[in-house]
Amino acid sequence: MSVKDAYPLLEADLLPLSIGAALLGTGGGGNPYVGMLRSRELLRKGATVDILPLEALPDDAWIGEVGGIGAPVVGVEKIEQGEECYRAMRAVEDVANVKMSALICAEIGGANSMEPVITAAQAGLPVIDGDGMGRAFPEVQMTTFFIYGAKPAPAAIADDKGNTVVFRDVVDMYWLERFARDTSVAMGAAAGLAIAPMRMDFVRRTAVPNTMTQALQIGRTVLDARARRLNVVDRVIATTGATLFFTGKITDIRRELKGGFARGEAKIAGSGDWQGCEGRIAIQNENLVLWVDGTPVIMVPDLIINLDLETGEPITTEILRYGQRVAVIGLPVHDLMKTPEAMAVVGPQAFGYPDLTFTPLALGPVHG
Amino acid sequence: MIRIGIDVGGTNTDAVVMDGNTVIAGVKAATSKDVMTGVVNALRKVLDAAGMEASAVDVVMIGTTHFTNAVVQRRDLAPTAAVRLCLPATASLPPMVDWPEDLRDVIGNHWFLAHGGNEFDGRVISPIDEAELVHIADQIRERGVNSVAVTAVFSPVSTDFERQAGEILAKALPDAHITLSSDIGRIGLLERENAAIMNACLRDLSRDVVAAFRGALADVGFTGRFYLTQNDGTLMDAEFAERFPVLTFASGPTNSMRGAAFLSGVQDAIVVDIGGTTSDVGSLQKGFPRQATVAVEVGGVRTNFRMPDVFSIGLGGGSLVVDGPDALTVGPQSVGYRIVTEALIFGGETLTTSDIIVADGAADLGDKSKVAGLSPDLIRKARDRIAFMLEDSVERARISADPLPVIVVGGGSILVEGPIAGLELIMPNHFAVANAVGAAIAQVSGEVDRVYSLAEIGRDEALNDAKARATEAAVAAGARRDTIEIVDVEDVPLAYLPGNATRVRVKAVGELHVG
Repeated sequence: MSVKDAYPLLEADLLPLSIGAALLGTGGGGNPYVGMLRSRELLRKGATVDILPLEALPDDAWIGEVGGIGAPVVGVEKIEQGEECYRAMRAVEDVANVKMSALICAEIGGANSMEPVITAAQAGLPVIDGDGMGRAFPEVQMTTFFIYGAKPAPAAIADDKGNTVVFRDVVDMYWLERFARDTSVAMGAAAGLAIAPMRMDFVRRTAVPNTMTQALQIGRTVLDARARRLNVVDRVIATTGATLFFTGKITDIRRELKGGFARGEAKIAGSGDWQGCEGRIAIQNENLVLWVDGTPVIMVPDLIINLDLETGEPITTEILRYGQRVAVIGLPVHDLMKTPEAMAVVGPQAFGYPDLTFTPLALGPVHG
Repeated sequence: MIRIGIDVGGTNTDAVVMDGNTVIAGVKAATSKDVMTGVVNALRKVLDAAGMEASAVDVVMIGTTHFTNAVVQRRDLAPTAAVRLCLPATASLPPMVDWPEDLRDVIGNHWFLAHGGNEFDGRVISPIDEAELVHIADQIRERGVNSVAVTAVFSPVSTDFERQAGEILAKALPDAHITLSSDIGRIGLLERENAAIMNACLRDLSRDVVAAFRGALADVGFTGRFYLTQNDGTLMDAEFAERFPVLTFASGPTNSMRGAAFLSGVQDAIVVDIGGTTSDVGSLQKGFPRQATVAVEVGGVRTNFRMPDVFSIGLGGGSLVVDGPDALTVGPQSVGYRIVTEALIFGGETLTTSDIIVADGAADLGDKSKVAGLSPDLIRKARDRIAFMLEDSVERARISADPLPVIVVGGGSILVEGPIAGLELIMPNHFAVANAVGAAIAQVSGEVDRVYSLAEIGRDEALNDAKARATEAAVAAGARRDTIEIVDVEDVPLAYLPGNATRVRVKAVGELHVG
């Protein structure tokens, strides 16, 4: 598929999109299942959503970024009223006095891959083929948009009950994260966040490109491999250029809460080519670092993805458990996430590993 | 104490008589189309084999696939109304949104969203509106629906809303069966609601089935208490089972694993239950099957039941053996219950795994002369293939490098040649009826799944509170207090929430109180 063409997102695309998004969630980002069902309901009622390439709109078009903010486990119990992100987006339009021409994902990884699709279906807008992370990260400021200077205000957050809170003046993106996080908890730990409108020329320059299409293709690869009873892990590696870094069985999983995030560590006893080796993964909602026998081999912002060794199902950090057999694959993050500006926000140091020097992964061969 | 365990499967109805911890007799009878005739036959046969009168039996435990099959086959399901207490939250996804259309149609697709429900921390989403619920009850009555499932957001954290709404609906609909989701499921709104709706739509059937079991038992002269087994290897009495039929889902594999643990005396092991068509493989922890952590579908409906983490491979006593041009294959096709006419040893024309075993001289079954012509090379290749399949499945089920033993049970156990994956092999007495033994020895459990704020009460206090609640739940379910053990404790911090919000799950089990 040429990424130069706009294409409509069809009902049949939602399952592969959710699988690809879960995989790009690198262990976090929340489960896209609920969002997939919500999108499907809207499409079945006649809504349409077009996916636009980054080249499509003029420089002065306004682009909105929306996403859910809260605890993933709340998202599966107190499902959204439905218009949280939509109302937040409209509030930002009102305060900024602009009309959005399209929406874009903050993060393609996990549940937030679906929120802009839902809002776009409600507002009759297209979705840009790209996102602000190329993966999932835990905090609001960790997007390429904010890293490269997007304005932190006006932003808005809305809940299920009809409350919409607008952040009119915010000093920087870290303050936005803090205010939005605290407000989301007051709202029941499940809310919709919209950030300030961005000009299309800025988005074209700063978005991680083509990630909606990438998630779709990964999801289709997984489904196709399952249907043909091929090895899903091998097929994902072959079609994405990822590299297999470890296989083994989880032997210990430790979780604790630090600063409002689920931090922890998983230990993996090697199998296959890694028989006798020990793997270790550090977690903060997402997988942060993989060590093999004490040597760091993949680290943020590169993608560390745990797949079920048999089914190829992405395993989120919340359901990681003792005894699971996993394949750990690594995928290089987009170059926009590797600059010095990006390293300050999403590099190993930003996640509390001052001793690690980011060593980027190379992209493996991509075929079939 | 004399007890009878019965397992009603798709092909066979197995029954055992146990005196305390000793198996007196075990039999297999064909499952009948009406199920009950097969149960009566199995009961008569096993009492006969034990040389015992029904009046000597204290208690009967039954494992059944009846309710699972009703949902899978979409038969005998009652029209059901789903009432969710949630507004304004969750309106984006109505009840039954991801159900197969045919199943949704069978039960009528009646759903209502109402005010009520909690936030994660117990705050109220919106207060309950009695007039609204009375109006919903009017519509339910007008549609002639008599089964209702009530689900409130975060009801596993606080059950008040569901209880209140249940009382209002029961007053307005005095004849209706009402199921509350918090009595059945854990956190995960759609999955818990699905379970509650499936339970509600099985209530008419459960009344009939429980009455029929009672009738079958009376038929052979047994008038005492009887129980049904749940998917977690524990019991519910007949009255409770009538109210919560959905909890019997997947009790079959659980019973065979529990029976394997009992017969072998081993509490931590891999269990391989080899039937006619498939082998179920799972792992035992402290005598109970390890539970699945991902959503399990029943009849196409996503649930978050306490299901055993068991997987099936297409290997059984009736599996086809095909010596193809590329490789020799075993299964997944099987002659199933037709083995008694189609396998070579029974005069048929299909080469099955049982034929290979008999030809190899490892079992005495059917007419050995019919397989005398099989080449030793073919026999060896087939046995190697079977051994590989067993080894691969056992490796999949292993959860630690510890050398756990492998317990083999089920009618197809003759397929096993020796140790699997280098692990100790245990083939206990009465292995063919392990599932009925599992039913006979089932225990009683209580479980909690709640979110605690550890900033307020500390982890130890939270765990103790959860353990106390689980223990009380087990006692309420019929366990003897002095035998109760906590078998499962799990705490998971909830990402992004302040105050160290932590979800705690605890399960307590104990021996059944009889007397």
